[in-house]
Amino acid sequence: MAIELKHINYIYSPGTAYEKHALKDINLVIPDGQFMGIIGHTGSGKSTLIQHFNGLIRATSGELNYNGENIYADGYNMKQLRSQVGLVFQYPEHQLFEVDVFTDVCFGPKNQGLSKEECEKRAREALELVGFPEKYYRQSPFELSGGQKRRAAIAGVLAMQPQVLILDEPTAGLDPKGRDEILDQIAHLHERTGMTVILVSHSMEDIAKYVDRILVMNHGEKMLEGIPKEVFAYYRELEQVGLAAPQVTYIMHDLKEEGLTVNTDATTIEEAAEEIMRSFHD
Amino acid sequence: MNMVQAEELVYEYEKRDDEGNVIGMNRAIDEVDIDVEPGQFVAILGHNGSGKSTLAKHINAILVPTGGVMWVNGRDTRKPEELMSVRQSAGMVFQNPDNQIIGTVVEEDVGFGPENLGVPTDEIWTRVEESLRAVGMIEYRTHSPNKLSGGQKQRVAIAGVIAMTPQCIVLDEPTAMLDPNGRKEVLETVQELRKRKHVTVILITHYMEEVIDADKVYVMDSGHVVMQGTPREIFSQVDELKKYHLDVPQVTMLAEELRKRGLGLPRGILRREELVKYTVDLWKSRKNRDVKM
Amino acid sequence: MIRDITIGQYYPANSLIHRLDPRVKIVCTLIFLVSLFVQNSFLGYMIATVFLAAVIKISKVPLKFIVKGLKAIVILLMFTVVMNLFLTKGGEELVHIGFIRIYENGLRTCVFMAIRLIYLIIGSSLMTLTTTPNMLTDGIEKLLHPLNKIHCPVHEVAMMMSIALRFIPILLEETDKIMKAQIARGADMESGNLIQRTKAMVPILVPLFVSAFRRANDLAMAMEARCYHGGDGRTKMKPLIYRGTDYMAYTVTILYMIAVVVIGHFVAFKLWIF
Repeated sequence: MAIELKHINYIYSPGTAYEKHALKDINLVIPDGQFMGIIGHTGSGKSTLIQHFNGLIRATSGELNYNGENIYADGYNMKQLRSQVGLVFQYPEHQLFEVDVFTDVCFGPKNQGLSKEECEKRAREALELVGFPEKYYRQSPFELSGGQKRRAAIAGVLAMQPQVLILDEPTAGLDPKGRDEILDQIAHLHERTGMTVILVSHSMEDIAKYVDRILVMNHGEKMLEGIPKEVFAYYRELEQVGLAAPQVTYIMHDLKEEGLTVNTDATTIEEAAEEIMRSFHD
Repeated sequence: MNMVQAEELVYEYEKRDDEGNVIGMNRAIDEVDIDVEPGQFVAILGHNGSGKSTLAKHINAILVPTGGVMWVNGRDTRKPEELMSVRQSAGMVFQNPDNQIIGTVVEEDVGFGPENLGVPTDEIWTRVEESLRAVGMIEYRTHSPNKLSGGQKQRVAIAGVIAMTPQCIVLDEPTAMLDPNGRKEVLETVQELRKRKHVTVILITHYMEEVIDADKVYVMDSGHVVMQGTPREIFSQVDELKKYHLDVPQVTMLAEELRKRGLGLPRGILRREELVKYTVDLWKSRKNRDVKM
Repeated sequence: MIRDITIGQYYPANSLIHRLDPRVKIVCTLIFLVSLFVQNSFLGYMIATVFLAAVIKISKVPLKFIVKGLKAIVILLMFTVVMNLFLTKGGEELVHIGFIRIYENGLRTCVFMAIRLIYLIIGSSLMTLTTTPNMLTDGIEKLLHPLNKIHCPVHEVAMMMSIALRFIPILLEETDKIMKAQIARGADMESGNLIQRTKAMVPILVPLFVSAFRRANDLAMAMEARCYHGGDGRTKMKPLIYRGTDYMAYTVTILYMIAVVVIGHFVAFKLWIF
């Protein structure tokens, strides 16, 4: 039952000229252990939405339950919520500030009030989980390559040992190899720890490859929700709101139009290749 | 005469220890030869840290070679007296849309380059208007850049370069920080300019889909040019590209997977239509054969 | 609170005042400020009031908007009024309750000080409300141009000001983002004593500085790439040229100044103690 949103509305700067209804009546349940993807064009409300999950933004109206408890109730421990729902912002390496990577990763656990030994143990585990090489532990975070900085920053959130990990475009600005490595690492993490992972991404290919379920946001509203195959079947509707299906989905549709007996619901290259070969052997 | 020509270009910088003492030299670019003809669309691919951005900065004389020569429009970039004309003839668009807009109003930003070149006031206004029209941002001329989307900001930056009437535009990962729509917006603008103004375009990127229309592709790795050729030639070598931490377009990837599974597709398929056509042809000929048997 | 400060904000409108050359607005504002301090007669302030009211009317900036700007100085104003009222001695004693004594001169100074302060704020906010930051920078650059002769880098300073104006909103947004990210990592910014709170700023300030330097570096490169090489040989897209209305504005302001000084000093007009 993990995260449950009931009629969440969020109005930005109410009563001023900048007033904007950023989230409209969002109802959503994110079960424990799910790998969920959120897509939507810039300004669709997805960034606002994920900041509700750890209480950084408080909804104007509605109810948000975490593990069955209403987080807006009086006396709810927000600090504890934030350590259980880890949020990795876009370009997270821009928040690194300590003299070396290891100390920076310790910042989260230190804020949780843990002992020095425990902090270090957790930092070590987190850095290992993201595949950060040990020889750079004592390097200044500002001297690392883009990909390594990003790993260090993600480890900084993982060190708090959250039950839910939210990542806002974790691959923005990385090159193809850096991108694949980070995503593989996250998928691996999800398998190994069983934590809930929420991935915000602009890349339909990445979403199709990794997630169990997709939420599509448009103009602050929930537009579609379902497993990738279901969602990408609506590729025409997605295009109308400035999104698209993965490239392979289009190819499958083209092939079907040309008379091939393929199923059009393939969303990854592997699936598409298998499906095309199968149609040849029919 | 070539628009841009690098001859055995070398760029070295000092490596320093924690106290700032020089402990050696780093070679960011190692004997690179490149030539770009007027009107061409040339792409430079490479992973982060491969030296592609350092090379781009040489075209605009932000960096000058420590060895070899960089010719831009027939001018040697090392000569200080050529600096302004080199920068005028090869304009540059950078990665971060926020950090390259100087003006607090769109039109003032576009006018910044011509102002620096000493263009008379009346002509600045004509150039600003023309450039903003060329990138489709004329209706935003009096807006603040802070309120624009990433794609729009990049288009303003491109207009700022166009207003300097360059023969060549160098785009250094202009889409790396944009969402898919912004990316499309910027690339379409660049293609449109190429058609209408016949400017030479040098695009530095690590998005493989963006280079399939290029006339020529260079692949860089650790300061060297390791591959060069047409997009088709480059993307035929999937394994080679992987070695340099690069990818191939999704369509090419799927074609490659199908080839591996025994489908007789040609190498280096780049476009969706191509893949569909070849696959359908194969499928039809197989069906016909089945019928005959 | 920060939103209440209207000094430095621009109010877009199409008025005669908006269209004036920024140099005119800067110089005239200075003249107006001086006029408030060179005299202290009832009639002088009457003329200042009429002048200010007329300018506000022409500028099309709503009075409500201007008055809102005064909120920021309420405390300073109260303080000045109270100090002057109770501490200035001289003249006839007007009130005497216990240890509180108010003299004629005290009342006089406190009223005039209040008027001066309020008009000072209104006058200068009117300038910024009707002039875009960029025009203001241009005006300052042009006015200070003679300082170039004594090797003052006037152009460079003006350029720095306009770049600062462009990046303030970006850095504010960035601060907000970094703050949220550190709160997400459990940083506590609200509780603790002064030292603890100051220490809690480190995780925000370090990334902010790093980012500001990165941006400065990028921007310098982008400016160079667009042939920026200082103020020499540079033309202007929007050069400042005086027009008829600008000369008129100068004339009116100078006439006003003369009127205030002459009438304030030589025309005997007394309303009770003022």
